[in-house]
Amino acid sequence: MEPILEVKNVVKQYGDYTALNNVSLQVPRGSIYGLLGPNGAGKTSLIRIINQITMPDQGEVLLDGEKLNPSHVGHIGYMPEERGLYKSMKVGEQALYLAQLKGLSKKVAKEQLEYWFERLEIKGWWNKKIQELSKGMAQKIQFVVTVLHQPKLLIFDEPFSGFDPVNANLIKDEILALRDKGTTIIFSTHRMESVEEMCDHIALIHQSNKLIEGRLDDVKKQYRSNTFEVGIAPGNIEQFFAHMSLNTQYVSGKANFKTLDDELKLQITLPKGSTSRELLQYLMQHGDVTYFVEKIPSVNDIFIQTVSSKP
Amino acid sequence: MTFLSPLLMVGMGVLIAYLTSLNNDEINKIAIHDVKGWLKDELKSTSNVKYNDLSALPLSAAKKEASEGYEGIVYVPAVQNVTELVTKVEYISNDSPNIELVGNIEDAIDNKVTRHNLKELNFDYEKIEKAKADAKIHLSKFSGEETYKEGSILKMIIGGGMGYLIMMFVIIYGNMVMRSVIEEKTNRIIEIIISSVKPFKLMMGKIIGTSLAGILQFIIWCVLGVGLFLALTFIFDVKVGAAANNPEVVQASKEAMDGVQLYISEFFKLPLLTIFISFIIYFIGGYFLYSSFYAAIGAAVDSETDSQQFMLPIILPLMLGVYVGFFSVISEPHGTVATVFSMIPLTSPIVMLMRIPFGVPMWQLALSMAILFATFFGVVWFAAKIYRIGILMYGKKPTYKEMMKWMKY
Repeated sequence: MEPILEVKNVVKQYGDYTALNNVSLQVPRGSIYGLLGPNGAGKTSLIRIINQITMPDQGEVLLDGEKLNPSHVGHIGYMPEERGLYKSMKVGEQALYLAQLKGLSKKVAKEQLEYWFERLEIKGWWNKKIQELSKGMAQKIQFVVTVLHQPKLLIFDEPFSGFDPVNANLIKDEILALRDKGTTIIFSTHRMESVEEMCDHIALIHQSNKLIEGRLDDVKKQYRSNTFEVGIAPGNIEQFFAHMSLNTQYVSGKANFKTLDDELKLQITLPKGSTSRELLQYLMQHGDVTYFVEKIPSVNDIFIQTVSSKP
Repeated sequence: MTFLSPLLMVGMGVLIAYLTSLNNDEINKIAIHDVKGWLKDELKSTSNVKYNDLSALPLSAAKKEASEGYEGIVYVPAVQNVTELVTKVEYISNDSPNIELVGNIEDAIDNKVTRHNLKELNFDYEKIEKAKADAKIHLSKFSGEETYKEGSILKMIIGGGMGYLIMMFVIIYGNMVMRSVIEEKTNRIIEIIISSVKPFKLMMGKIIGTSLAGILQFIIWCVLGVGLFLALTFIFDVKVGAAANNPEVVQASKEAMDGVQLYISEFFKLPLLTIFISFIIYFIGGYFLYSSFYAAIGAAVDSETDSQQFMLPIILPLMLGVYVGFFSVISEPHGTVATVFSMIPLTSPIVMLMRIPFGVPMWQLALSMAILFATFFGVVWFAAKIYRIGILMYGKKPTYKEMMKWMKY
């Protein structure tokens, strides 16, 4: 199945400054795609190009196989990082206007609005002006306005900023529900927990270049360091360590994980060539193994590692 | 505000007229000390000035009384020869001298002394008065059509009024465009909107929308103005009817009506269709030109306070247009200055409109409009580039150099 969005060799420059240097990515249909990167990396420039707010200097972007053109505006929903609404306009009126800008008819827009107001439990706000709402409430409206026209592709830039934990969870559930209905979602965030929870694909952009791209699991496999967190009750601890250093190539360090008992907690890195099975067998010979889990690199770790290794 | 403004303006006018008349109703009391009665015939009390003869009192007593109970005192010394009055008459007052009063007194002295001199020279004053001519030359165009001085006055008023109107509209509505752009920038809704609509369309939508609002307001004012005018003539008619019996009033009102009718007929002799159409065209052209600037400025800055530094270069050409209009066009509607400024696109909406009532050859009109619209397209293109980049730029206050860089993005 072809990807819903293809970014091909996009270059964007502002005067002497290169914001995007030959960036290519492919966003699979129906996925939740995390766009990561430090501030100033070029994420927002890329997002703006996808939304046709700016044009690339070189390269192209394909939506569903077609070169981006003005008719695609109705197929994309965008919630920018710095977002706002007309302060003295009423909620209902404003949402209708923005939906119509995206190509919805007034009638359909109204129906959709009522659906979402019901769903997010904000029915009473239709006639209120934006300035009368609290920040969290305004953010909910912002979300509704973004998804109202049922686009195929949704782009969220820092969607959770400004939401308290309850509402953040609400939005998260809505995003997952939308994905389940077939919408593709790109989101750009610094909240690595959200990426872990929700994304199935990621891309990392740093200093105008794309450094990582792929399924989250695949990326993690790439970064696996073959380290295992081990909990063992070895009888004589010193004897165990002595044996391990003399007879094996295993490198161990202190580990930090929680168990109910007070056993020895270690982090053991496998040398090249050995398997986890061998390690387990070895350990079982020396005591009760209470805990044996591969340490999976977190996105946070991957991010920091990648970003700091590049000069 | 649309409906209130003309009412407010008329109200202001009426108030000012009323206050002026109140002023005129004040009676000035002036004392006279004229022992020989030289100026007795000349200084006559009028509705505004009451002369009180204190010649019976000695001078010092008269002065004292005058300083306490009168505006001032006219002291005519008891000279032997009436011609001495030219330099010897004094007006003593605690207030600064009332120009009109002093003028009247001096006129009175002039009259008295001139008559005396002429009599000395054996000239009959009465006959000389009769001999004075009061020329009224016959004005007409080459076509044989009669023209009147009042026509010129009317043209000045209409031309000036239109020029001023355009300047006001451009400033008021241009400001609306700018404020709208800045508002969208500060509340951050702009990014959402331009993900749906191209910035150029957004900018043009604002400009066209506010221009239509401006035209609508203008039409409402016109309708109200005509309505008020008709109402006034109706009231006028009614007044005449009620006082019809008094022959003096009939005569005076007839003259006034003639005057008004003269203005009305002159009004209808003006190229009204040309004026109306040209007004609309120049309003649109000039407004689009200037509001593109306003939109670009709005996009470049982050707040209204920052916009102040850019406002002056915009308002200057407008004011220049109005000044050139009032000073050069009125005196020399077809002179070089007026013609040149009616072609320069920044000032042409105002200056050309001021010239039109005086009659402008079609080719000049066409040329001026063509230049205006060509420039307008250029300015819109240029402003759109700045608008497109500026609306997403926050932070630094941009300099002109920065904005030039944006053109290349």
